[in-house]
Amino acid sequence: MNLAVRDIRHSLGRFVLTTLGVGMLLMVVMGMGGIYRGLVDDALVVTRGIGADLWVVQRDTRGPFAEVSRLPRSLVDRVAAVPGVTDAREFVFHTIQREHRGKPLRMGVLGLGWPTDKGEGLPLIAGRPLAQNHFEMIADESLGLGLGERLRLGKDTYTVVGLTRWLVASGGDGIACFTSRDAQAIQFDEPGESIRLERQARRARADEIDFGRTQPGVLDRASGPAQNLAALPGPSISAVIARLMPGSDPASVQRSMSGWSDVTTYTGPQQEELLLKGSVDRARRQILLFRVLLTIISAVIMALIIYTLTLDKLHPIALLKLIGAPTHVIAGLILQQSLIMGVLAYGVGYLIGTRLFPLFPRRVLVTNDDLLRLAGIVLVISVLASLLGIWKAMRVAPNEAIG
Amino acid sequence: MTEPLALETSGLTKVYGSGHTEVVALRDASMQVRRGEVVALLGPSGAGKSTFLLCVGLINPPTRGTVTIGGKLMQDGPRSLGDLRRFRREHIGFVFQKSNLIPFLSAIENVQVVGELIGRPSSVARRRAKELLDALGVGKRAFNMPTQLSGGEQQRVTVARALANQPSLILADEPTAALDSVRGRQVMELFRDVAHRHGTGVIVVTHDHRALDVFDTIYEMEDGLLKPAASAIARATVAHA
Ligand SMILES: Nc1ncnc2c1ncn2[C@@H]1O[C@H](COP(=O)(O)OP(=O)(O)O)[C@@H](O)[C@H]1O
Ligand SMILES: [Mg+2]
Repeated sequence: MNLAVRDIRHSLGRFVLTTLGVGMLLMVVMGMGGIYRGLVDDALVVTRGIGADLWVVQRDTRGPFAEVSRLPRSLVDRVAAVPGVTDAREFVFHTIQREHRGKPLRMGVLGLGWPTDKGEGLPLIAGRPLAQNHFEMIADESLGLGLGERLRLGKDTYTVVGLTRWLVASGGDGIACFTSRDAQAIQFDEPGESIRLERQARRARADEIDFGRTQPGVLDRASGPAQNLAALPGPSISAVIARLMPGSDPASVQRSMSGWSDVTTYTGPQQEELLLKGSVDRARRQILLFRVLLTIISAVIMALIIYTLTLDKLHPIALLKLIGAPTHVIAGLILQQSLIMGVLAYGVGYLIGTRLFPLFPRRVLVTNDDLLRLAGIVLVISVLASLLGIWKAMRVAPNEAIG
Repeated sequence: MTEPLALETSGLTKVYGSGHTEVVALRDASMQVRRGEVVALLGPSGAGKSTFLLCVGLINPPTRGTVTIGGKLMQDGPRSLGDLRRFRREHIGFVFQKSNLIPFLSAIENVQVVGELIGRPSSVARRRAKELLDALGVGKRAFNMPTQLSGGEQQRVTVARALANQPSLILADEPTAALDSVRGRQVMELFRDVAHRHGTGVIVVTHDHRALDVFDTIYEMEDGLLKPAASAIARATVAHA
């Protein structure tokens, strides 16, 4: 006959309600852990997805995620020429906030290195990669756009051809992928009037220099779109990402670029470190501390609950002592109840959490490791919580059962 | 007589409190209970009867004096000799005035738990519990919780519990106070039958003078002093029987 179970059955309603309460508390602990992991994972999802061995950014910046980095497009060719580099691509990334269907729409704009990168490597859940070099986009589902939906950004209208899941910027905004030209067009979207003025000014500048006067073709182009101007700098890119030959040492490639006065290089892991130490660091530490606090609070609450449950049982416990129940029977009664409550509450927290977390606006990433660790913590808490009750029960005299 | 006494106390004294709050509840109480003997303990309220049972039952240590149960010296003054709780569960059965059932166990489980505590298999303990409840006329209420039982039914379950470990000593403190006189007498007779059949020593504190004929020996207590049946009523009742 198990006394712990009998007692629980006798005051079932109360036990169930208490367990539900503790369960929800554990769910919050679980969720906090998940938010933490989600934050870290989201911060790294783009860098990891891109899989660059080397990031080349504007000199002395921690770009392109932690701060703005601007580089000339021509740098792509320079990087590609470095020994050990197999492939260099431009990387365009920036965040915009526009109106869509009357609501603000924040998104990270990521430029893909068309035509080598059409977005096949992205975590697509619907649709297809880009198929043409203009006016198509792959949107993250968190942006709330549907397949085939058309979105006006700047002067052009883009069609959603693919959807990704959990492709978000470190701030939590969903990312939309465009060809890098489109991404730049969106970034440097200027009113028609200002473009006209810029082209006039450009023509005037060209008129004043020998190069413009001696090469009439340049004058023609100066009044056209900026990307046709080979000699005049076009819109800048955020970074150059390079893949290295298998087996080559990133450090030695970095060394060969260390003499370049206009760039700083980071390896993939260094870039991840920048992200974690930089943009998400405070948020990350904040959540981590809150999570620790929550765990301590749940431990205290569980201890108090088990303690009060024990206080309510002091009379039967004295009676058990009177009829000679050994200490381990009485301690077992309290410990088992504590463990039963801990295990059930954990289950409740897990069941509610797994249904609730997907509805959150940002990713709550509950990993198996974290679940296991929390399970261990709950077991330890249950044991510690029961110690207070057991200590109280040990001090009850059997004659308190009489009278 | 080579067989050890069920109970022997000598010079049992209990002082509660100290200084000006000091109460001497028990003075030099000596009693011998043979195996199979049924003893009644009479006396006015506050005389020290409950205190005596608590000292004898190894629950409250006496200030002075010894308690020997079944030939085993268990208590020498405030010093306990041996594992009292273990001794209680194996050798002593308790019945108190207020029924003291464990609220979260059903009637049968309240009796069964005693059997399990002394290491009987669950099924054996349960069967024995059912037999005891049947014998006490509460077999039909076996699966009710204590709160669903009347005062008398609760008390009979308590008696069944006191018998469950086949104790060598049963201590009952006004066990029939909550029962009508017929039921009260039945309980007393049950104690006597158990005592005679199993050689159990029984001490019953009672106010019910009509049932005194059931007892082999009658003690009286007044102001902490224990003496064999001095009161005229007790003697008359026994003589009358
Ligand atoms: N725990 C205690 N602390 C102090 N005094 C007590 C305690 N228990 C009993 N007494 C006192 O001891 C005396 C005997 O009490 P008790 O043994 O309960 O008598 P009875 O059972 O015969 O009515 C009374 O004066 C009572 O007030
Ligand atoms: Mg009393």
